[in-house]
Amino acid sequence: MAVNRSDMPGAALRGDKAWSPLTVACIAGLGGTLLALPWLGLPPFYESFLYLLCHWAVLALSWNILSGYSGYFSFGHGAFFGVGMYTSAGLSANFNWPFLWTLPAAALMAALLGVALGAVVFRVKAVRGELFALLTLAITFVVATVILNTRIDGGPGVSLGGVAIPKLGPSASSSIYLLALLAAIVTLFISWRIHASKLGTGLFAIHDDEDVAEVLGVPTLRYKLQAFAISSALAGLAGGIHALFVNYVTVGETFNITVPLTVVLMSVLGGSRHWAGPAVGAVAITCLLYAFTAGDYAVAGKAAVGAVLVAVILFLPNGILGRPWRRRVDAAGADEAAALPPGVATAPSTAAQAPMVVSPPDAPDSRTPIRRPTLAPGQPLLEVHNLSKAFKGVQALDGLSLQVRQGEILGLLGPNGSGKSTFINVVSGHFRASGGRIVFGGRELTQLPAHRIAHSGIARTYQIPRPFAHLSVRDNVALAAMFGGAALPRRQALREADEWLEFTGLQGKSTALPEALNLHQRKFLELARALAARPQLLLLDEVLSGLTPSEIGAAVALIRQIRDRGATIVFVEHVMHAVMALTDRLVVLNHGKLINEGLPQAVMRSAEVRTAYLGIAADGGPAAATPRPAQPTAAGHA
Amino acid sequence: MTLPSLNLLLQSILSGIFIGALYGLIGLGLGLTWGLLRQINLAHFGLVFLGAYLSYQMAASWHVDPLLALLIIPPLFFAIGVAMQWVLARFAITPFNSLLVTFGIAVVIESAIQGVWTADFRKLESAYNSLKFTAGGLYFPVPELVTLVLSLGLSFAIWAAMRYTDLGRALRAIAEDGPIAAAFGIDHARLSLLLAGTCAALAGVAGICLALTFALTPSQIFSWVGVVFAAVMLGGLGSALGPLVAGLLIGVSEAITMAVASPSWAPIVSFTLLIVVLLFRPGKLG
Repeated sequence: MAVNRSDMPGAALRGDKAWSPLTVACIAGLGGTLLALPWLGLPPFYESFLYLLCHWAVLALSWNILSGYSGYFSFGHGAFFGVGMYTSAGLSANFNWPFLWTLPAAALMAALLGVALGAVVFRVKAVRGELFALLTLAITFVVATVILNTRIDGGPGVSLGGVAIPKLGPSASSSIYLLALLAAIVTLFISWRIHASKLGTGLFAIHDDEDVAEVLGVPTLRYKLQAFAISSALAGLAGGIHALFVNYVTVGETFNITVPLTVVLMSVLGGSRHWAGPAVGAVAITCLLYAFTAGDYAVAGKAAVGAVLVAVILFLPNGILGRPWRRRVDAAGADEAAALPPGVATAPSTAAQAPMVVSPPDAPDSRTPIRRPTLAPGQPLLEVHNLSKAFKGVQALDGLSLQVRQGEILGLLGPNGSGKSTFINVVSGHFRASGGRIVFGGRELTQLPAHRIAHSGIARTYQIPRPFAHLSVRDNVALAAMFGGAALPRRQALREADEWLEFTGLQGKSTALPEALNLHQRKFLELARALAARPQLLLLDEVLSGLTPSEIGAAVALIRQIRDRGATIVFVEHVMHAVMALTDRLVVLNHGKLINEGLPQAVMRSAEVRTAYLGIAADGGPAAATPRPAQPTAAGHA
Repeated sequence: MTLPSLNLLLQSILSGIFIGALYGLIGLGLGLTWGLLRQINLAHFGLVFLGAYLSYQMAASWHVDPLLALLIIPPLFFAIGVAMQWVLARFAITPFNSLLVTFGIAVVIESAIQGVWTADFRKLESAYNSLKFTAGGLYFPVPELVTLVLSLGLSFAIWAAMRYTDLGRALRAIAEDGPIAAAFGIDHARLSLLLAGTCAALAGVAGICLALTFALTPSQIFSWVGVVFAAVMLGGLGSALGPLVAGLLIGVSEAITMAVASPSWAPIVSFTLLIVVLLFRPGKLG
């Protein structure tokens, strides 16, 4: 289990509150009652009903750990469940293992299948969304066919008739119920712990924008594999117990579409962003199914379940437990809007807002370095040798070599499509280089995954802001502090987030969702997120584009402060007066090649640069009618 | 593993073509709503079975020729499809939630079918059942031939409509980028109704073909989901010819597996094919 020890239980990254003693008492009371039930002399019938509640709760909760948290909707839960079922059935019926010993084996086999599958599938970037769902569904049928046609099953099914049922309760059915109850408690606990852990935070970031999560330092592949392993192990455990419950295991009854559809339904109904949501959904649906199917109106009951499903999805798209969360955030946004005089909330930064962008000089933190530099000023911090990047024939970077020196602001200029953004994307690891080397502070970064690059102290902003849509502004920033170069524990990360939100003037928006921000605020959120990682090198990709002149003024002041606090900056920008005001040195790119570098004034006078930029021939005469010729490169990439 | 005789193998391939045509026909409407409306419509399978049961009932009660039912059921289903889309369009639903909603609708349809026709197997009795002719030592049963002809005809008709009419271009524009298409004056809502209606009508046609060739029981609604999904994904979402081609490919490879190995190995072919395509050509299917 990958639960970080340093995390504070119940700490507030996603608004979890510490539990009141009353809640704890209620939960303990409920758990105790459920555990004591078999000794109260209830008819066995209740035990099998309660068994089914626990069974579905384990399956739905375990599904949610990968699919609900990270957004990788799996339709293959039946495969892991079935593998667990057949492992337990086969080991206990054919190899005479004591039943309890087969359960860890069932979980292990399911986890192995999950990890093996994930190790292949998670490397194919395009397999997300429906494609991932379909692929996992297909795996289910492949596994079923293999089991059906080999000695694992062979056709007739596996009977557990001769297997001794472990004596946990007074009767056989109560023992099976207690097994499932224990599994449900364990699963609920794991679901809650992951939700509150660094792993859970990372998974939620993956849910919203996996590429950005990776660039901010979330080890996305490892996290997805961990979640997949835990999720499938728990499904395998549920399957193992279920083998004993049904007593006779067949492929047709095990590997069908029922398990994956039901668990998806339960999780979405209960709320897949909540750690307990799937359990609530499992209880609701099992009760509904039971209430109808037990009576004489089984068919009508089934129809009613279908109708309830339709109604719930249409009217409660975030699930039962998802609803209050959503409303609370909306309410917070509304309050804020109401608190501001009309016009201010929507108007782009006014003069009144500009001063708050700059933190007061006597604030205690404003002079502390962002990250203590390891090199003397002027030493090369980032060295790029012969870097190339090609997209399907378009050479976005073509043997580029340059240095970024400690403590400077390096301006990166060039016409559209000249390779500026590609440079940032390759250095931050968003794209892998096709060739060449990247050395940062003496360490080789070439071909490292993006999260390792983030850990080494490089942070970036996106030209078009890409905040995590379902996380609050504060959580967006705290996430960077937790996963970036600073690697702070959660509570400190939140304090860090507050500091940078104040620095960028977003403190009033900290509980809002990013959708409530205007473009200027989103750009500053990008900046706050990059700064919270406490980078040595900050890559700014057109932070000023689309801003009004007064907003640009505020941003320029902010960037100067960032440099004064020790960060080295690569500044990609088209707003020339800001470039001239801020940069110590300029590098000009064209067609992915360096065409000039040096002091800003000197570079701007160079004939080559003027040709590339303005389409003016070296002799000064106009070479073309268009002032800036369109570059025949993939503008989307660069 | 024993190799079957050439004649048996050819007959297997032929039956694979027939079943593949049905996969393609069921997948046609499913893939269009998936690709163009971003709805994963499980209710499609419910409608297919509803159409099958209705044509069964019309044949049993009023001796309506199943081919005549082709004139009655699809228009009726068009109306059902339009009505369903009209309701769903009131809600902003994600593709995944559309899957769940339509699963609920499919369950309601399944229950309704079970309530009316019970869970017993029903087989449409018609003059076509025993009709078949032989050519070159191979049997060509007429019901399957009807399915093949309808599947080919409808797939090509829709392909041509998507390619050569303004309506088809507008639909493809919506699939590419809905808001931009709307900005250029394409009425998204009306086209969605039309498309949903057409796909429901296609489900009706597929249902009649299903009733012609298979005995019906309500619980089988979901047993078609896996393989038809495979055909739709392999063929490409929103493609008109894709499901047919992929359906035929899957049908034939299943039939060969059945003949060469054993029938129980058949599913592994289509799903392995699907997995391989997803892993090596993701997002560029068809």
